[in-house]
Amino acid sequence: MIAVAERINGMFSDVKKAIINHDPRPIQELARRQSESGASYLDVNVGTAASDQLSVMKWLVEVTQEVTDTPLSIDSQKLEVVKAGLEAAKGACLINSCKGQPEELDKYIPLALEKNASLVCLTIDKQGIPQDIDKRVEIAASIVAKAAEYGLDPTRLLIDPILFPLNVDQKQPALMLEVFRQIKYISDPPPRIIVGLSNLSQGTKERSLVNRTFLAMALAAGLDAAVMDVLDENLMNVAICADMILNKQIYSDSFLKAARRAEIKA
Amino acid sequence: MQIPNVAEKWSGEVIVVTIGATKEEGGTRQKVVKVGGASCIPFMDFEGNPGHKPAIAMDVLDTPPEDLPPALLEPFKDVISNPALWAKKCVEEHGADLICVKLDGIHPDKGNKSAEEAVKVVRSILQAVGVPLIIWGCDDPQRDNEVMPKISQATKGERCLLAAATQDNYKNIAANCMADGHNLVTLAPVDVNIQKQVNILVSDIGFPLDRIVMFQTTGALGYGIEYAYSIQERERLAALSGDKFLAMPVLCNVGYESWRSKEAKAPDEEAPGWGRAAERGPLWETITAATLIQSGVDILRMYHPKAVAAIKKHIDALYANGN
Repeated sequence: MIAVAERINGMFSDVKKAIINHDPRPIQELARRQSESGASYLDVNVGTAASDQLSVMKWLVEVTQEVTDTPLSIDSQKLEVVKAGLEAAKGACLINSCKGQPEELDKYIPLALEKNASLVCLTIDKQGIPQDIDKRVEIAASIVAKAAEYGLDPTRLLIDPILFPLNVDQKQPALMLEVFRQIKYISDPPPRIIVGLSNLSQGTKERSLVNRTFLAMALAAGLDAAVMDVLDENLMNVAICADMILNKQIYSDSFLKAARRAEIKA
Repeated sequence: MQIPNVAEKWSGEVIVVTIGATKEEGGTRQKVVKVGGASCIPFMDFEGNPGHKPAIAMDVLDTPPEDLPPALLEPFKDVISNPALWAKKCVEEHGADLICVKLDGIHPDKGNKSAEEAVKVVRSILQAVGVPLIIWGCDDPQRDNEVMPKISQATKGERCLLAAATQDNYKNIAANCMADGHNLVTLAPVDVNIQKQVNILVSDIGFPLDRIVMFQTTGALGYGIEYAYSIQERERLAALSGDKFLAMPVLCNVGYESWRSKEAKAPDEEAPGWGRAAERGPLWETITAATLIQSGVDILRMYHPKAVAAIKKHIDALYANGN
């Protein structure tokens, strides 16, 4: 699976402090550790730490790239901040993220094509986040259609159907598995599916257990990617093991080690 | 109507392994053989680079075999007791890309020859031919562990391909190959999971992945060819999908396995309705090889000159549009 590492985010207090103090070391330490833990992308999010989000995004991208070649996920709700991140980044990035309204897609899809980036699109429209399965799938389908119009390869399009905290709406995780299955029928090849996994366990005890149990279920239902805590070794073991059980990796007695070493070398 | 492009996109490719070393590279070979490099399913060159052509290694035994079928003995009857001349004939008359020296004679049941005798045979072949060598033990782990280190040291710098490391017996041969600059065959009998595991184990002790060739053991036509085929196919698909521990070139032992079958070796008088033995045996070997290369094979160990000639022609035809 595609593991997007979540820790370089100004919402975390250690990162916020580093941003305020302009101290690259905690950021770089996180970049290194997350890369070594098998991150496919390092998410970079300015959070609420600074007023000048553009220059902070640029700085975060630069200091991260000083210590690792792991591709970056440029995470902001503001197009200008995303652009600043993409400008500073080397190599192909993930844009995280864009809302599902046509006028938003018209801005972000050409940007993704221009920058050779992959694009996360949320199933949000003018009415906000839909509560039911059908509406989410409907928005996903309109996103896929728009991407096809522009010629964005479906493997570079990641639909985020938006995972709520478990304790906000406990019916939702099971419904979400059905959303994953239906999104896979939209096109052939299908778009990829991504969620913010840690959202699910917000405010619960046993966060790691909740995350990894849902991850195994979600991967079986078609999930391809997650913004997640790659420093949680148990969680990463589940990701590797689920890929193996789903026959995406060939089994060997050392399959955990093999997957990690392949990641690091790749 | 526009026809959709259904070509697969592959993310991985087969690692290129170089066998043999020229004078400039510290060896004495006149040429080197590169195998691997495919970035598409065999011969579907519209999806990627088909890689290097499969190489043909002709087998030469260190000890005259006692039970060769007449049809197989015929082309080599004048050289069967002299491995150096046998090898020379394979290269000069039959166009072998590689010579595979099979050290049957060191086996406890087949002569139990000493390591020194084995080294002598290998040295004589190195002198007789300019192609790179594959050197294959006797598949008795104890004897192989005694003899193969000496072979490895005696051929240091020649970048041979030595066989074989298994899940239960890999440290000795892998360490020697590493020290002396050779390539290594990793062997897992018809088991893709163990194949991957052996590759991980040898790389754990520092052996480079670009000096490994995989061997699944081979089934001949009518004798399990479909098992070897499907495992090799799975390995190749894994390699093309980016599995680094299954991305090595693959070897098949076509000659030996084909000529074990009664269809290949039965003499004319025993099987009058099966066609002449002189044609039937080579044909059995040819069909086995032609089938297996479709699954993704990079080195074919072969016996009979007629089969070698037919397969070389076949490979050239398959590659005519690709390169």
